[in-house]
Amino acid sequence: MSAHIPEVQSTDELRQKWMKPEIISGSEILLRSLLLEGVECVFGYPGGAVLYIYDALYGFTDFKHLLTRHEQGAIHAADGYARASGKVGVCIATSGPGATNTVTGIATAFMDSVPLVVITGNVVSSLIGTDAFQEADITGITMPITKHSYLVRDVEELPRVIHEAFHIANTGRKGPVLIDIPKDVSANKTLFQPGQSLKLRGYNPTVIPNRLQLDKLATAIQESERPVIIAGGGVVYSGAHEELLKFVTQTEIPVTTTLLGLGGFPSGNELWMGMPGMHGTYTANQAIQQADLLINIGARFDDRVTGKLDGFAPLAKIVHIDIDPAEIGKNVKADIPIVGDVKTVLELLNPLVSRSHKADAWRSKISEMKKNKPWKYIDSETELKPQWVIELLNDTTNGEAIVTTDVGQHQMWAAQYYRFNQPRSMITSGGLGTMGFGFPAAIGAQMAYPERLVISINGDGGMQMCAQELAICAINNIPVKIVVINNQVLGMVRQWQELIYEQRYSHIDLAGSPDFVKLAEAYGVKGLRASNKDEAKQVWQEAMDTPGPVLVEFVVCKGENVYPMVPQGSTIDQMLMGDSE
Amino acid sequence: MMMKSHAISVLVNDQPGVLQRVSGLFGRRGFNIESITVGQSEEMGLSRMVIVTQGDDKTLEQIEKQLYKLIDVIKVVNLSSKPMVGRELALIKVKSEPAERPEIMGVVETFRAAVVDIGTNSMIVQVVGDTDKINAMIELLHPYGIRELSRTGVTAMIRGNA
Repeated sequence: MSAHIPEVQSTDELRQKWMKPEIISGSEILLRSLLLEGVECVFGYPGGAVLYIYDALYGFTDFKHLLTRHEQGAIHAADGYARASGKVGVCIATSGPGATNTVTGIATAFMDSVPLVVITGNVVSSLIGTDAFQEADITGITMPITKHSYLVRDVEELPRVIHEAFHIANTGRKGPVLIDIPKDVSANKTLFQPGQSLKLRGYNPTVIPNRLQLDKLATAIQESERPVIIAGGGVVYSGAHEELLKFVTQTEIPVTTTLLGLGGFPSGNELWMGMPGMHGTYTANQAIQQADLLINIGARFDDRVTGKLDGFAPLAKIVHIDIDPAEIGKNVKADIPIVGDVKTVLELLNPLVSRSHKADAWRSKISEMKKNKPWKYIDSETELKPQWVIELLNDTTNGEAIVTTDVGQHQMWAAQYYRFNQPRSMITSGGLGTMGFGFPAAIGAQMAYPERLVISINGDGGMQMCAQELAICAINNIPVKIVVINNQVLGMVRQWQELIYEQRYSHIDLAGSPDFVKLAEAYGVKGLRASNKDEAKQVWQEAMDTPGPVLVEFVVCKGENVYPMVPQGSTIDQMLMGDSE
Repeated sequence: MMMKSHAISVLVNDQPGVLQRVSGLFGRRGFNIESITVGQSEEMGLSRMVIVTQGDDKTLEQIEKQLYKLIDVIKVVNLSSKPMVGRELALIKVKSEPAERPEIMGVVETFRAAVVDIGTNSMIVQVVGDTDKINAMIELLHPYGIRELSRTGVTAMIRGNA
C-alpha cells in the first residue's frame, strides 16, 4: 500500500498559467505566491477567518495540503518538514483560537532557528480591535517569538509581504515569520503580478566573515595545545557538515556536537566526543573544561550546554562563529568573534588551517578518556531498558533513519544511544523543550521524504499531547514508525524529584494513560507492544516489515535515570555518573 | 561594570507596531527604559526613536545587537559615545495666585522658559533643555505647588557633521 499523500499536479505549464498577471482574490494571490516560493506542502486547519483561502484551495493540487487534527499538530509538522528538508515550513490557521494554538509551535521554531511561514486568518479589517468573535491580536501575541510579523491591511501588499516573509524566514539566522490576513483581505481582488523585488533596508545578514579574524583563528589553532570544537545547529542549518568534516580532518581537533548539532558530524569519527552539557559525555565536558582553545561553530552557548557560566571553559581562549551577531558575547565572552554563515566561514577557513603537533598529547588524552568513560548503562535480562531499546532501533536502521524525538528522558537517551551520521537526521525540540513536538514533527519529515524511514521516539507523556494526529497517519497512510517508550511516569521530572527534591514525587504518575496499542487501533494505525527483549526484537521487526504507520509501545522499567547528569548550577565537569560509575 | 545612562538613537521603518516591537524587546530582555521619544525623521517613511536607558557596557552592546535584529530597525547609534545635544520639553502647570505671578515670571525668565497659558490661579510654564535644567526648573517651581507635570523625554543628536 503506498502513501495516500495528496499528489502535486504542478507542471511548468500550469505554473506559467498561474503566474499570468490577472485580477484575482487575495486568497488566490496567496496560493500562487506560495507556489512561486517553491512550496510543496502546507499543513493547516480551516476556520471562519480563512474560509476564502480554503475555498481557493478547493481542488487546488499544485501543492499538498495536510489537514491535521489540531493546529499544534500542523505547526509542529511544518517545523518537522522544515528541519528535515531545509526548506521553509508553511502552516495555515484561522483567527483567534486557531492562531493561538500555533503559539507553542512558533516559539519552538523560534528557539531552534527553524524557517517557518505561519499564515493566520483574522477577522475583517473593520472589526479588528472590537473584540469580535474569534479575534486575537496574534501579531501582538507572537511578537517576542517571531523573527518578524505582518498584519496585511491591503490586498495589494500581499505579494510583497509573502515574498519578504519567505526571504526573512530562510536567510541569516532562520526563524518563523507570521503573516496575519484579515478575512476581507483574502476576499478582495487586485491585479496579481509576480516577480517582486525585495526592499528590506534594515535587513542585511553578514554572510562573509572578516578575513583578519579568520587569520587570528588559524594562528590560535597552530599555537593551541588543547583545542576543542563545539558544533551546533548552525552547522546543520547552513549545510556545512562536509566543510566541518574537512576542517576536523585537516586539523584533527576533537569535536563535540550539541543536541541540535547531532548529525552535523559523523558519530563514527574517532575525533567525535559525543554531546556536551547537562547530559553530555564525560569526555566532552572534561575536554571543554581543560581546553585552551574552544571553537564554537554555530552553537549559542545555551545554559544546558554551559552549566554554571562562571566556571565554563575557564582556561580557554573562546572563538565564536555565528550568523547572529547578538549571540556573540551574549552568554560567553568571545576572544575571537567571527560573524558569518558557518558554511562560508569554514570554506574560507579550511585553506588556512592544518594539523598542529602541539596537540598530540591532547589527542591521546581524549581517546584515553573516551575509552575509560564511555556511554554506558547497566542492562537487564528481565526488564526492558530504554537505552537498550534505542540501541535496537539504531542497530536495525544502521543509523540511516530520520529520527524525531519528543522531550524528556527518551530524548536524551536517543541523543546518547542513537548514532547520527547524517545532517537533518535528528529532529528534536532543543531550546523550548516542547512536549508534543516529536510525533507531528515526524509526520512533517515524512512529507518531505515519503520514501525514507522516519522513526518518531516519544515518551508516554508527550505522546498524549498530540496523539490525535494518529488520524492523519492512518488516513494518508503516512508510514511513520511511532515508538512509545512507556515508563508510566513523567520520567525527567521524576529524575529531578529523585535527585534534587528529596524523592518527593509530586504529580508525575501517568496512571490512566490509554492502552497505546488500542489507541493506535482506534485511529486505524497498527499497534504493537513489547515488554522484554525477545518481544522487542520481534515487534520491531514486524513494524519495519509493515508498510504504513505502526505504533510500537515498549514497556520499560520505571526507575531508570539519564546519566551522566550535571545538576543545575554546577560546572559541567561536576557530573553525576549514576549507575554507570 | 559601570552602570551609566545612555541615549540611543534608532532609525526605524514607520510601520504600525514598530514602537511595540522596540519597547517589547527592552521589556522582555530585562533592559530598562528611562524615556523613549518617537517622531518623524528627515526621511519619508522612517521614524527616529531616542531611547534613554541604564546599563553597563555589556548590556549596551546587547541592546544595540538585539535592536539590529528587528527587521524594521534601519540604524542604531549610541549617542552617548560622542558629544551630543540632548533636549527635553516639559509643561508645568503651577499654582499662581495673581500676587505670586511676577515672582514666578522671574524664575521663568532666568531659565529662558516661557509662560504659555495663564488661568485664574494657575499658569502653564514651558521649558526646553537638558534633563538637569528641567529638573532644576521643577525644583524651583515646587514651592508654589505643581498641579500637573508632563515631560516629553529626551530627544538627541550628535553635534557637528557626524
